[in-house]
Amino acid sequence: MPLTILRVQKEPFDSAAETAPLLALRGDIGAFVSFTGLCRDEGGRLAALEIEHYPGMAEEEIGRAIDEAYTRWPLEAVLVIHRCGLIRPGEPIVLVATASRHRAEAFAAAEFLMDYLKTRAPFWKKQHGQKAGDWVAAKPEDDAAARKWSS
Amino acid sequence: MKALYFAWVRERVGVGEEEIAPPREVKSVADLVTWLKARGENYAAAFENEKTVQVALDRSHVKPDALIAAAREVAFFPPMTGG
Repeated sequence: MPLTILRVQKEPFDSAAETAPLLALRGDIGAFVSFTGLCRDEGGRLAALEIEHYPGMAEEEIGRAIDEAYTRWPLEAVLVIHRCGLIRPGEPIVLVATASRHRAEAFAAAEFLMDYLKTRAPFWKKQHGQKAGDWVAAKPEDDAAARKWSS
Repeated sequence: MKALYFAWVRERVGVGEEEIAPPREVKSVADLVTWLKARGENYAAAFENEKTVQVALDRSHVKPDALIAAAREVAFFPPMTGG
């Protein structure tokens, strides 16, 4: 049975502590890939990032992405943690980790999950700088990146 | 049914959540958007450019031609910027 960890939370997380259970798994795991998305300071101009989300749908949509990852690649474990609420520059926003027998699927699944999170997970970022907050606009590059996974 | 609004759609409408009771003639998501726009200037502003507002029915992404009949929850939001 593969191990799946999925959480949406306000609090910052420690990537090493959260991924420790994947590294402690017994079995034939030869590859472990971990990605952490961080809040940039936008050249010192950003005071905070505010992440709004759709409670319920966020967990369901991330769950669907993880289910799809399991059908596409042989994986032993998948972890996704996504924060919501106020994020300060330098803090982590999202953690995606995968474990598998060989490295190809661990890398591919981690990238797939991040592309999915960027385009289909119901979160919206608002940048708070010197002026009133501005909603971050979706980027065409993220849609293009997500499309490469469709056959 | 429950209607939810997120990000700048929520800011323009003025509320994040409300109960709505569309009439029977409102069958599809596109019909629902048309009906909402007629309810007030805040809705008209939120849906001014319909192409930029995405929709979920019962927490699944749907297209404008989706039928709303059995849905308990509809949500309107801009393209997502998570990750």
